[in-house]
Amino acid sequence: MKYADIVHRCFRCGYCKFTSDYTDFNCPTYRKFRFETYSPGGRMWLISAWLNDEIKNSERFQEILFSCATCANCVEHCVFTFSEDLVNIFIAAREEMVNKGIIPPPVRDYLKNINVNGNPYKEPASDRGKWAEGTSVETYSDQEYLFYVGCVGSYDERAKKIAKAVGSLLLKVGLSLGILGNMETCDGNEVRALGEAGLFQFLAEQNIASFRDLDVKKIITLDPHAFNVFKNDYPGLGGEFEVYHYTQVLAPLIQSGKISLKECNAKVTYHDPCYLGRHNGEYNSPREVLKSVPGLELLEMERNRGNAFCCGGGGGNFFTDILGGGEDSPARIRVKEALDTGAEIIAVACPQCAKMLDDAVKSEELDDRLAVKDVAEIVTGCLL
Amino acid sequence: MNDIAQSLTKIVGKAYFSDQPEEAYFYARDPGLMPPHKPDYVVVPKRVEEIQEIVRLANREKIPIVPMGAGLALTGLVIPLKGGIVIDMKRMNGIIEVNEGGRHVIVEGGTSQGLLKAYLEKNYPRLRHSIPDSPATATIAANVMIHGQGRLTQQYGFNSDMIAGLEVVLASGEICKIGSCAISPDWFSKGAPLPDLTGLFLGWFGATGIITKVAVKLYPRKKLRDVEIFITDREDLIPAMVYELTHTEMVEDINIFAQPKPMIFKDNHHITIFMTGDTDEEIEFKRKMIWNALDGFIKSKDGGFMGVPPVMKPTLLETPQRSVSRFADVKKGGGFEYSGPIIMIDKYPACARKIVELGEKYDLGYSGMARIIGRSHAMMYGFAFTFNRADPDMMDRTREALHEVSEFALEAGGVFWKATVDEQKMAMSKMDPNTLDLMKMIKENMDPNGIMNPGNWEVN
Repeated sequence: MKYADIVHRCFRCGYCKFTSDYTDFNCPTYRKFRFETYSPGGRMWLISAWLNDEIKNSERFQEILFSCATCANCVEHCVFTFSEDLVNIFIAAREEMVNKGIIPPPVRDYLKNINVNGNPYKEPASDRGKWAEGTSVETYSDQEYLFYVGCVGSYDERAKKIAKAVGSLLLKVGLSLGILGNMETCDGNEVRALGEAGLFQFLAEQNIASFRDLDVKKIITLDPHAFNVFKNDYPGLGGEFEVYHYTQVLAPLIQSGKISLKECNAKVTYHDPCYLGRHNGEYNSPREVLKSVPGLELLEMERNRGNAFCCGGGGGNFFTDILGGGEDSPARIRVKEALDTGAEIIAVACPQCAKMLDDAVKSEELDDRLAVKDVAEIVTGCLL
Repeated sequence: MNDIAQSLTKIVGKAYFSDQPEEAYFYARDPGLMPPHKPDYVVVPKRVEEIQEIVRLANREKIPIVPMGAGLALTGLVIPLKGGIVIDMKRMNGIIEVNEGGRHVIVEGGTSQGLLKAYLEKNYPRLRHSIPDSPATATIAANVMIHGQGRLTQQYGFNSDMIAGLEVVLASGEICKIGSCAISPDWFSKGAPLPDLTGLFLGWFGATGIITKVAVKLYPRKKLRDVEIFITDREDLIPAMVYELTHTEMVEDINIFAQPKPMIFKDNHHITIFMTGDTDEEIEFKRKMIWNALDGFIKSKDGGFMGVPPVMKPTLLETPQRSVSRFADVKKGGGFEYSGPIIMIDKYPACARKIVELGEKYDLGYSGMARIIGRSHAMMYGFAFTFNRADPDMMDRTREALHEVSEFALEAGGVFWKATVDEQKMAMSKMDPNTLDLMKMIKENMDPNGIMNPGNWEVN
């Protein structure tokens, strides 16, 4: 296994479970399951034991490994020099399990659906671009930017509304962009995170070839997960593009007055998506967009930026639900934390977070007190 | 699923019960060097009533139970030596009450040091507790139970001396309150003026009861904190230097470290002196007093203050010091264990020589660290060795070195801190027979079925 020479080096001191100031346990799986085995240190020790044949593969071991949301809280807070590799180690262990064909059924199904359909929803590729109907977003030809929407934004009903809002807003601020529509396929971030390295490579090479054929130079993503994989993993496969999350291009354009916004008195708290924040260090752009809205009061949750608490959807859990729901599910804890700020809106910049938190608001019966809105939806609602 | 598993599931809920190999593997060991032993079950209760039911069940079925905080003692205290049920306490992590005027806090039995620190900093910025340098996930209850030390130990003694009350589940399953809270709604004293019963539980490693609530005293948090380092190569003068420092009563905490690497540290002893104040004037006054206290040693050229580099200060002033954990990976192997006898400060030179001798003899990475307890009343001298978990030979050498430390410490008049089972046996073999009989009587009466962390403090 990759990283086998590192995995025994965990002291299990537990700093990886916390925020930097120890406000709370911040590892979503440990916070939910509460056995040490579901913490990053627990995973390290169990992977080491598995490699040494001291424990066998089991349903529980699979749950322990595949429930990890790859949120990188452990990477942020581990005190050791190998901290940067923690999530990579968990993914490498998943890769071993995938290669041996011993993976949880929801993971198998997810990977199979991607392989067969190019998306996890088993929907036809011809429906990919349907979200754009009724907008001015056109198919990519020679525009400056490719707007890459991803599977969730293309097929999930809630996320499709976000895709519409983002696409329309980017046009409104004057950007030249187009989408791939039915030519788009899965970006592979979750495939990689779930340990299917071969399928990931296939998807990435396919996308890279397709982008090259179209002479794509610059990409704007809706989803931080796609942003992450394009920015960090595609270059290693020869896919060098200028990649932006949509908030990164939006922030300077709004600040320079490309659009006029009316007064919108609202108390808003922003939830940092892990793949935008901790994985890529982008904490400011979404906040700058929100702060540009006149009258909007931005309230921070206790855990924010590098200490933000994951919604629980990362690492494939959005699709596999191995981390699961219930009262102690990360998303439900997170919406209660948002409520504590006094905010009436949770702003998100990730369609997966949006869906996870939306469901949590309903489960907590907070619908009348808390709305989940994408940053672009908030701005769109405040256009003059 | 057998009857016991079913009963435990009913008590804590399916999600918080495990009899699976993964938990059995993990909870069979701690990060130290003690041999593993698997539990039969692991549970993560939320309420004290659940603990009562677990204990009653264990008593009926004569199953061992082992309460566990973060399991960071490193000496195997939470390894279930005879199997049974490990009770992971960390789901009981509430902060029940802070009494600001009375300067104490009541927390649940699994509340972490880190959580309390964060809570006080946010809500009571003028209060602090004596936080140890163990990782932030270490629990307050387990730390006082093992007589841990912290940042305020030079001023106020062991962290267990700062207890203001306990709630304990006895081996019978009954709840018992210890201290003023036994007869008053207020948790301000662990004993005085009543008979102090905390000794029935402290230092016993869960062999007499499970702490489910603990009140600890809080102390003023000054606005400013600073650190000075006095360096000397005269280990024989360290006791006198510490005596002068403690005489000033101006110091928050005194740690002394000596280690062979980096090279500039070799053969030197670094007396790390922490001080606090509400104003720059207060800090400077204390600094002046501290400098004056050691002036004679400077004049005799036996030492001097080093300028603490700005890059080093945050590491030293951090609480807890994360750098302590980093020692585990010096050999790129995630292993770190220390023996930390409590011993008189006049033994510092002997301890310092011993760790160098053992480090060289066994070819190990080492660090010596002393924390002063009280006004030179004693010290914890940590003989710390780092090892590579992937190197069985190095692990064996570390075990042998630690065993020699134990023999040395006992011979030198020290008392084992958080003693391993072997050290417990060594201590009991040297103990006053009447004291031993008293311990036996206490254990037999408090735990007649021998279910509470069996293997620990067993007087034969």
